[in-house]
Amino acid sequence: MSLIAMPEPDNGAVRRRAEIIEDIAALVGRAALITDDDGRRAFETDALTAYRSVPLLVVLPRTTDEVSKILRYCNDASVKVIPRGAGTSLCGGALPTEDAIVLCVSKMNRILEVDYANRFARVESGITNLAISNRVAEKGFFYAPDPSSQIACTLAGNLAMNSGGAHCLKYGVTTNNVLGLKMVLIDGTVIDIGGAHLETPGYDMMSYAIGSEGQLGVITEATVRILRAAEGARPMLLGFESPETAGACVSAIIAAGIIPVAIEYMDKPAIAVCEAFARAGYPLDVEALLIVEVEGSEAEINALLKKIAEIARKFNPKTMEISADSDHSARIWAGRKSAFGAIGRISDYYCMDGTIPLGKLSHVLTRISEICAARDLKVANIFHAGDGNLHPLILYDANKPGETAKAEAAGAEILKLCVEVGGCLTGEHGVGIEKRDLMSVQFSQTDLAVQMRLKSVYDPGWLLNPAKVYPLDASEPMRDGVRIYASEAA
Amino acid sequence: MTEFLRPAAEWELQSMIAKLASENRCAEIVGHGALRNAGRSTAPETVITTASMRGISLYEPNELVMSARAGTRLVDIEAELASRRQMLPFEPVDIGPTIGAPASTLSIGGVFATNMSGARRIATGGARDHLLGVRAVNGRAELFKSGGRVMKNVTGLDVARGLTGSWGTLAVLTEVTFKVVPMPHASGTLVYRGLPDDLAIEALTLAMGTPYEVTGAVHLPKRVAARLKNKNLADIGEPLTLMRLENFPESVAERRNKLQTALKVYGEPSVVAAEESWNLWSELRSLSVMPFSPDTILWRISTVPTKAPEIVAAIQKFMRVDAFYDWSGGLIWLEVPAAADAGSADVRRAVAVRGGHATLIRAAPDVRETVEVFEPMKPEIERLTRGIKTAFDPAGILNPGRMYATI
Repeated sequence: MSLIAMPEPDNGAVRRRAEIIEDIAALVGRAALITDDDGRRAFETDALTAYRSVPLLVVLPRTTDEVSKILRYCNDASVKVIPRGAGTSLCGGALPTEDAIVLCVSKMNRILEVDYANRFARVESGITNLAISNRVAEKGFFYAPDPSSQIACTLAGNLAMNSGGAHCLKYGVTTNNVLGLKMVLIDGTVIDIGGAHLETPGYDMMSYAIGSEGQLGVITEATVRILRAAEGARPMLLGFESPETAGACVSAIIAAGIIPVAIEYMDKPAIAVCEAFARAGYPLDVEALLIVEVEGSEAEINALLKKIAEIARKFNPKTMEISADSDHSARIWAGRKSAFGAIGRISDYYCMDGTIPLGKLSHVLTRISEICAARDLKVANIFHAGDGNLHPLILYDANKPGETAKAEAAGAEILKLCVEVGGCLTGEHGVGIEKRDLMSVQFSQTDLAVQMRLKSVYDPGWLLNPAKVYPLDASEPMRDGVRIYASEAA
Repeated sequence: MTEFLRPAAEWELQSMIAKLASENRCAEIVGHGALRNAGRSTAPETVITTASMRGISLYEPNELVMSARAGTRLVDIEAELASRRQMLPFEPVDIGPTIGAPASTLSIGGVFATNMSGARRIATGGARDHLLGVRAVNGRAELFKSGGRVMKNVTGLDVARGLTGSWGTLAVLTEVTFKVVPMPHASGTLVYRGLPDDLAIEALTLAMGTPYEVTGAVHLPKRVAARLKNKNLADIGEPLTLMRLENFPESVAERRNKLQTALKVYGEPSVVAAEESWNLWSELRSLSVMPFSPDTILWRISTVPTKAPEIVAAIQKFMRVDAFYDWSGGLIWLEVPAAADAGSADVRRAVAVRGGHATLIRAAPDVRETVEVFEPMKPEIERLTRGIKTAFDPAGILNPGRMYATI
């Protein structure tokens, strides 16, 4: 069913498989390798499960030095490398190819240093996102980016995708919360970027590395910012008769100088599914529901929620419910937090991840309904209203012939719409293979060339996660070794 | 005779760069000239100024976003934001006056090209953290864009942010899009007196580790504190340690009390409130406590906050120093006596062994020609730096030698 094409595999590498296994085993020991069919099959896909391919082998190094040896070997032997954390990518970012090895950092998961006075933690990249926060919670600290897969996803994956989360309106995304990186380049060189201090000297290589989707190198360690948590947090629930009024209310809250820690938006279909699943007490007679959360001391929270309620009243909400205590807060969040699971229970779904300017919300939601209705598909929308990140969930039946293709086509049209209104293809999930062929909707050939030349600086042979992010026709000359950068530098 | 090129449009800039390339010439890239005395000294015969590319092209206060052409002056942007009770989140620092340029000439392009942020950076991030998108022309005369106008965007490599701090050596920014925030409704500053540097930094890092959202954490040793224009504070005649709280008025009051309790062992602070607090931080941001002088050299040191007093003490063994600690110690503006070597070896050694890096901000042109202005690079970083430069500007047309002699 595969709609997204991948390049012809390098048969040379496939034929040399036994030799490659021996060579890598000699470098890092056989125990670090997974070579049997069942074992490799566990790595054949990520969270974009429609696409699968069994890699040559999987290697699980335990040290930066081992990563360096493996990459140097792959560079010398021209073997492609798919870096991987926990494999929770929704865009096929960790999808293997049959001519590549998977280099999985999940065994490198130690916390190396925690410094509360200077507010940083130095960790290995295979640690899970939540494990960092759990480790520093005893002193009331946390690591801010909180993607919804945070129990499972690794920091390595967060760094590769520049992950966000529900609280990034206030705390920013991954790139805003990292101080230093240790990264291994394809030729085995280990580089340190930044450190425990705030600013990186010279060119901002941190910015190139974070969000590079495994294209530039393998990050093995990171120094992340840890923050002292607020004294408390409490949400309120607001229901409106139309997306316009809900959007206008969000604008008015921000215009009043209030930056809530989260503003989550759900449309009617999403409300219905979540309420049926979680019994959160959501109103079923509204078109749009907002969960607005603020932080601070009890007195501050009360004062802020009161201010927000005053603002919201001007927009005639059909529902307004202020959380009274932690149980109440948990109930309000229960519906939203279970959204993906709840929808997954009733249908297969395809989760999109565009970003739009808030002012275009109503227009975009109308168009999304039309796009899906035209294909006889249902859609539910979840929206991080504070930062414009929209997650339409397109419902379809994977067992019905042609339905998957229909859902993908609707998804592509929705993402084009996001770009058309001034937004972008992906807010936090990344490009991977999923949005690869849409990149030319958002970027000109020159824009893409500027990015791909950087890739060639770090990885001249295009061995790291090739065939992702950039449309194949655009990347082909570089993947084939016509290296614009190298030829001009010579 | 220096030739000034003043493109008013992107296509014009492209054709100028293409022409320079065809003639094997290079150019210095400036806005209105605020930063011409910063960085390594270079003397190309051609200067490209973005001064004619100005104006705010998009401002959506409700979406907290603004776009402006690169030559728009920072003061004009801040005035427009203030009219809607908004501001830039990172308090950009205009180093112009401290390096001998007129005040208020810094362009928004210069703000992002140098990535220099003020006190609020310790709490909410720096210029790079709030840049959303750019349009720019590289040394190949190509116009390209990266990022966009929305807050969350992980589409492709983050080239926009990667251009921050590149000092015009990779591309000429033509338009920048950035995040803005509401101005706080109230501001208040706790002022602790008489703390020696090490205790002051201890108090500041403790404050940053409380939940009270301190948005400014500065320590001024005695001689530097005496330079404040705020006479009430300057006349105290003691070191001053400053912590800023901002929010709704009731929050500021509540947090002030809680913070004071948490820091009881450091003494009883006085409080600077309302407009006086606002003005105090404007003054700190202007670097007027580190005024322009041909007799002194100014370094900017980025380090781990708790290491800052040690670094200053180590350098003090070799020369007279005056320090202004910002970011709870994470940033040191360090004034040392003018010298042909700028005290470089001692400064860099003191920083290197404790972690961090130093940039020479103010020194005579001949000093900035012979002393490395930016932190010298390790070979593997230099190799990548050279590669990145080549990817954007293979012929070395844009600001050659501005950051590093051979790049």
